[in-house]
Amino acid sequence: MSEAPAIAVEGMTKIFGGRKVVDAVDLTVPRGAIYGFLGPNGSGKTTTIRMVCGLLRPDAGRGTCLGHDVIADAQAIKGRTGYMTQRFSLYEDLSIRENLDFVARLYRLSDRRARVDRALEELGLAARSRQLAGTLSGGWKQRLALAASMIHAPDLLLLDEPTAGVDPKARRDFWDQIRKFSARGVTTLVSTHYMDEAVQCDAIAFIAYGRKLLDAPIAEVQARVGLFARLVRGPGLDAIAEALRGAAGIAVVARFGAELHVAGTDESALDRALAAIAGRPGVTIGPIEAGLEETFIHLMAQSTDTFR
Amino acid sequence: MNTPGDRPFSLARMAAVFLKELVQMRRDRLTFAIMLGIPVVQLLLFGYAIDTDPRHLPMVVERRADGPMVRSLIASLRASSYFDIIAVTDRAGEGEAMLRDGRASFLLSIPEGFEERLVRGERPQILIAADASDPVAAGGPLGALDEIARRALAPELIGPLAGLAQGPPPYEIVRLRMFNPASVTAFNIVPGLLGVILTMTMVMITSIALTRESERGTMEALLATPVRPAEIMIGKTTPYILVGAVQTLLVLIAGRLLFAIPFTGSLGAFTLAAAVFIFTNLMLGYLISTVARTQMQAMQMTFFIFLPSILLSGFMFPFAAMPVWAQAIGEGLPLTHFLRLVREIMLKGGGYADIWNDLWPLLVTLALFTLGALARFRRTLD
Ligand SMILES: Nc1ncnc2c1ncn2[C@@H]1O[C@H](COP(=O)(O)OP(=O)(O)OP(=O)(O)O)[C@@H](O)[C@H]1O
Ligand SMILES: [Mg+2]
Repeated sequence: MSEAPAIAVEGMTKIFGGRKVVDAVDLTVPRGAIYGFLGPNGSGKTTTIRMVCGLLRPDAGRGTCLGHDVIADAQAIKGRTGYMTQRFSLYEDLSIRENLDFVARLYRLSDRRARVDRALEELGLAARSRQLAGTLSGGWKQRLALAASMIHAPDLLLLDEPTAGVDPKARRDFWDQIRKFSARGVTTLVSTHYMDEAVQCDAIAFIAYGRKLLDAPIAEVQARVGLFARLVRGPGLDAIAEALRGAAGIAVVARFGAELHVAGTDESALDRALAAIAGRPGVTIGPIEAGLEETFIHLMAQSTDTFR
Repeated sequence: MNTPGDRPFSLARMAAVFLKELVQMRRDRLTFAIMLGIPVVQLLLFGYAIDTDPRHLPMVVERRADGPMVRSLIASLRASSYFDIIAVTDRAGEGEAMLRDGRASFLLSIPEGFEERLVRGERPQILIAADASDPVAAGGPLGALDEIARRALAPELIGPLAGLAQGPPPYEIVRLRMFNPASVTAFNIVPGLLGVILTMTMVMITSIALTRESERGTMEALLATPVRPAEIMIGKTTPYILVGAVQTLLVLIAGRLLFAIPFTGSLGAFTLAAAVFIFTNLMLGYLISTVARTQMQAMQMTFFIFLPSILLSGFMFPFAAMPVWAQAIGEGLPLTHFLRLVREIMLKGGGYADIWNDLWPLLVTLALFTLGALARFRRTLD
């Protein structure tokens, strides 16, 4: 039972206006896994998630979700899946409780009242349950939508940027909750633009321009991309960054506070390029492990070269 | 714990949509007020309607006498633009039956021995009965009859009969307004207005049922749940039956208080007719919302339906006086049948037995709209 993956789709393709927005994407998410879905804006993350849960009909491709065919059996998938949309999709003219109540009814939950109460309690919104959802702040709307997508204790969670605009404490709570679910066998596919969230995932799929560029367990991501990085400290970092950007052998120049991370795929070329600034007064250069952020910036830059 | 959503129809899910819609309706105070305000305002505006000058109204002639004068009279009626003679009968009761079921708007009755009595100077009566439940239709043509008869018979009053051509006509025209003896326009307009108001508000309100969800972005989450198209459809339309019922009640009460409109027929039959009509319009609106992409488009389509409903249903112009092509379109409009039903029940005292003729077309359109909406419903976002 636990052998069969929660999501197993292949060749998923979606064409909008003659453009392949998602191009032959394969995705295999084991049961209980937390899968991160990364990629630049407009790369096709939302479209892929919609195809997986039967909201969009793929133009090509096939596969299963929770053991059901994604095209023929979408109805069966919907009952056991919780989908949180990227855009707020609860009713602004219903109260917080009414929204949760509505969703709970749609899943025909027998212990509806208790579940809604518990969800309100966990959210810390019990006292404001009669407030209209439209009057909540952006972050709270997001947290309410998340609670609504989980109210029926689904086996699969499809979360499209669930923590966009959510404060750090709430994000931490959210990830704790996701891991608790995961331990119980709930599978999560979550799209995000936050690196600190990407590292919380078991594995990562990275797509750009509709094509999957990388799919690996989180620990292997850096090794797969094979990026070497150096840390540059000292005065005049802006000028240094300017000088390095676009130089041969340098793929990524990223500023982190008072440090500069410089990375490239060819270690000797990287060091040759850095030699040009090594002599500046007060500047120190040292080796570091290439981080996820540099890795993804590199992937995005690479994909632009490949597809544009 | 989580029963998979493979149940073809779930009352609980339907109820979820129904309750949600009810709460949203209650919160949307402005729309709610408009829906209840429209009947009152329209009633006052249209209550005193303008007369028009209809032509070619169907007439049945009950001829119990014959002769050159009778033939001349009938020929003149045929030639006039006011009347179209659809039947000439000599059987008693047949003409009245046609008047009652609406096939004819006028019944002209020529009594036995008409010519002999005319020649003897006994001033026989010509009886003309009008279906005055549509007073606009009845007014003008009744007045024209005097002139038509005078001209028709004048050529016959020659020679020994020339004396009869002097003074008052040698016959008497008796006018009978049936079903609405006082020929009050409001009697006809107000029940008609009920149909117009229901058409406008019911279609409009459900025409945005789905487009509003799409535009607000709530459709995506809704479609991601196991809810089925039929559940959404019923859950989203039925709350507005209440609104339609309140509007109907408002019009009936206002009609009674302001215009003293009688209610002569069966209340049960009326309720049945109104319920079917309201639901037909709600489904029509819902069908529109499965086709329209935006609320704006939905509104435009609503008006596209609304205009012919007003013009071709017999509300503005007497149905019988319209050209054939317009009547054909009119027959396809729910409002046409509802107008007939309401006039039949409210003004002519109709009961269950009298409504079937116009109830079944409504039921057929209701079924078509429902099936059409289900077929058009998009389960995906493409
Ligand atoms: N319904 C649609 N019709 C036409 N084009 C669409 C439609 N939906 C998405 N697209 C296009 O498909 C591409 C991928 O969009 P998608 O929303 O899947 O990207 P994304 O990876 O989720 O981006 P983001 O990170 O900004 O959320 C975009 O270029 C978008 O313009
Ligand atoms: Mg997206």
